[in-house]
Amino acid sequence: MVEKNNNRNYMKLEFLSKSSNESFARVVVAAFASQLDPTIEELSDIKTAVSEAVTNAIIHGYEYGEGLVVVEATIEDNRLDIVVEDFGKGIEDINKAMEPFYTSKPDLERSGMGFTVMETFMDKLEVESEVNKGTKVKMSKVFKSLSRKE
Amino acid sequence: MQLTTEIRKDYMIVKLKGELDHHTSEEARKKIDKQYFNNNLLNIILDLRELNFMDSSGVGLIMGRYKNCMNRNGKISIVSTNPYINRILKMSGLLKLVKIYDTIEEAIRG
Ligand SMILES: Nc1ncnc2c1ncn2[C@@H]1O[C@H](COP(=O)(O)OP(=O)(O)O)[C@@H](O)[C@H]1O
Ligand SMILES: [Mg+2]
Repeated sequence: MVEKNNNRNYMKLEFLSKSSNESFARVVVAAFASQLDPTIEELSDIKTAVSEAVTNAIIHGYEYGEGLVVVEATIEDNRLDIVVEDFGKGIEDINKAMEPFYTSKPDLERSGMGFTVMETFMDKLEVESEVNKGTKVKMSKVFKSLSRKE
Repeated sequence: MQLTTEIRKDYMIVKLKGELDHHTSEEARKKIDKQYFNNNLLNIILDLRELNFMDSSGVGLIMGRYKNCMNRNGKISIVSTNPYINRILKMSGLLKLVKIYDTIEEAIRG
């Protein structure tokens, strides 16, 4: 059999850190992922995870100030890799930030469940951050639908 | 997101339609709290059946309204049948505090 790797695709989206862009970002990534023939559940997972990461960039990274949020997505066979990046405040203690229910902004009615949602709905989650430089959230998910058909 | 409210006895029934994220939950919070406190209401029923998206910001919104109801010795209940929304509610531990029903009538009966 000939090794084929034609199922590679890439997209990049850059937008201002406005909360009205949260739905824009998750819909774009979900539309991009649709070429992997996802189930409704897989689409819901992707949308929710992107929404969490983008919301964090806006409220924690930039603390409602103006900045740029970059979302990249790569398709590699039946895997989708997503990167959400901001150039804001950064995270001092990543392990603590990722604990379920931890939030640095309880006054804003945050639930502290964002990272837990990303971890649960995606297959892999990695967070890189540097104080006053920014935060990069990398997530991936393997889509079952394509492999099922083979 | 669309939000409509209806008052039945001391229940405020809040129907949410569309997508509940950080952006829309801020609007929802203001609208719900205004009605709740201005009309001196006790209980809240959140009807989530016509929501097609919710992330952890929605959980924060529900937690906040739960606290307001507790402070008045009232109660809050959820009506929701969407499996993806119920999954987040369950994951967040909210279902330990708030009961979930299939219909508004069942929520009122308690
Ligand atoms: N992009 C980011 N920049 C800076 N801090 C962040 C970022 N994302 C998350 N954090 C920190 O991690 C904590 C936990 O995030 P999360 O689990 O999404 O909960 P929540 O958003 O409800 O606070 C946040 O309260 C914040 O302190
Ligand atoms: Mg968050």
